[in-house]
Amino acid sequence: MSQPGQQFVADHVAGLPRSGIRDFFAIVQAMPQAISLGIGEPDFVTPWHIREAAIFALEKGKTSYTDNLGLLRLRREISTYVERQFEVSYHPEREVLVAVGVSEALDIALRAVLNPGDKVIYHEPCYVSYSPSIKLAHAEPIAVATDAADEFGIDPDRVMAAWEPGVKVLLLNFPTNPTGGVTEKAKLERLAKFAAEKDLLVISDEIYSELTFEGVHTSIASLPGMRERTIFLHGFSKAFAMTGFRIGYACGPQALIEAMMKVHQYSMLCAPILSQEAAVEALKNGAPAVAKMKEAYQRRRDLIVRRFNEIGLTCHSPKGSFYAFPCIEPFGMSSIDFCQGLLRQEEVAIVPGTAFGDSGAGFARASFSTSYERILEATNRIERYVGSLG
Amino acid sequence: MSSVLQLLLEGERLDTAQMAQVLGLSESEIEAEIARLEAERVLLGWRPVLNPARAQENIVRAVIEVKISPERDGGFDRLATRIARFDAVESCYLMSGGYDLLVFAVGNDLREVATFVSERLASVEGVLSTATHFMLRAYKEQGYLLLDPAEGSDKPSVSP
Repeated sequence: MSQPGQQFVADHVAGLPRSGIRDFFAIVQAMPQAISLGIGEPDFVTPWHIREAAIFALEKGKTSYTDNLGLLRLRREISTYVERQFEVSYHPEREVLVAVGVSEALDIALRAVLNPGDKVIYHEPCYVSYSPSIKLAHAEPIAVATDAADEFGIDPDRVMAAWEPGVKVLLLNFPTNPTGGVTEKAKLERLAKFAAEKDLLVISDEIYSELTFEGVHTSIASLPGMRERTIFLHGFSKAFAMTGFRIGYACGPQALIEAMMKVHQYSMLCAPILSQEAAVEALKNGAPAVAKMKEAYQRRRDLIVRRFNEIGLTCHSPKGSFYAFPCIEPFGMSSIDFCQGLLRQEEVAIVPGTAFGDSGAGFARASFSTSYERILEATNRIERYVGSLG
Repeated sequence: MSSVLQLLLEGERLDTAQMAQVLGLSESEIEAEIARLEAERVLLGWRPVLNPARAQENIVRAVIEVKISPERDGGFDRLATRIARFDAVESCYLMSGGYDLLVFAVGNDLREVATFVSERLASVEGVLSTATHFMLRAYKEQGYLLLDPAEGSDKPSVSP
């Protein structure tokens, strides 16, 4: 028998699966002594000068709404930052929208452009919200698998093969949560050409771009002809360790920002002003702290990847993000069984790859956003666990 | 900066074997690098960072501004070193500005520090004057905040 109220839930919401992360979280939460490599956020606290700017703004009585698009001062800083960092220029007054994290920016982008029945191609394994957000916008997700042989970069041929009539959007996320995959410029150029041929809009979530450890991050928006058909999404959560501030932004052609603004103004109104003030400070003076955190992530990455490979979990070295994505296939268990067994037996939490889509089967995500000591202890326990699997 | 030194400065308590794992070096390479750092006096010692309020609650610390007269051959160095040799002196720096040396001194009680200043430091030949300031409370010690509220984290242990 269904629960009271269940009859009122919309069909397309009732049909959404709960996030696999949420289920796993419930188990880990009951084991406070477990070592968790399941955390999808920086272990650093927001740099003090940024927190202090938010406190100062509060002291000054900055407690109002802002322009729906966000504080113009912030949009100017974003415009300057994006041009310097990504080599693509957006007008701060018309082409930048400040949102409540990239999550909201993605949601309003999808809702602003998709008609019922439209289709969206995205690559998988991917961030947990992509497929549900597409469905919530009454559109149809089409997943393109990426795989370990390619270090979870995207294969343009697979994207082209996945195309079918009705596809309107290509959704990209490099570096990728959960795989740390990046993609080289030549592949982006092929995707750009394909997008132009098929008249696709590209939505590009580049939240981990500052945490690119090797090579240079290229935004698809910066490629010739792409600025006009790309919504560039970025935010402060990862590079500036500001997850709890819930602040991100979208840049794109005026018509698209205007459309997104409509959804944003009627649902969110504006991003919290204190977070916007903190974001101004982050963009003005945050670069040294970002560089320092990035260095720390890189050393931890090298350690965890080396340890995984030593203990028989094949793991590529992620070129971006703070996630390692080791392969657990040789143990002949499903990702969920492997991770639950590890949690029960050795009290170490890593996230089953299938939480990030079917093509995450055979893998698990381990965040290295934690201390060396915890990485060493966790990998020692994982070694003992896989030893026990025979 | 050497990777071993950088790791030590990050301040995590790791033994040689763990440092070797973190840096992808052998234990003997780590030992050799530490030996080099010590031999070259880059690395002077291995003292822990203590919370003065918890670990040394009766210790008295003072900051002393000292004016001295430089010497024709050695400048300030000979006299500064002479002052720095006292056990009560934890640190000693040559400063620009209104005085010459800044001396961090420590004692078991107020009288001990006062005696050091009046009978030892002030009487060293070449010391022109001293101004002693006693420390009342520490808020940050070598990079560690001391009055941070308890870090009960609301961070979920698993998140997307």
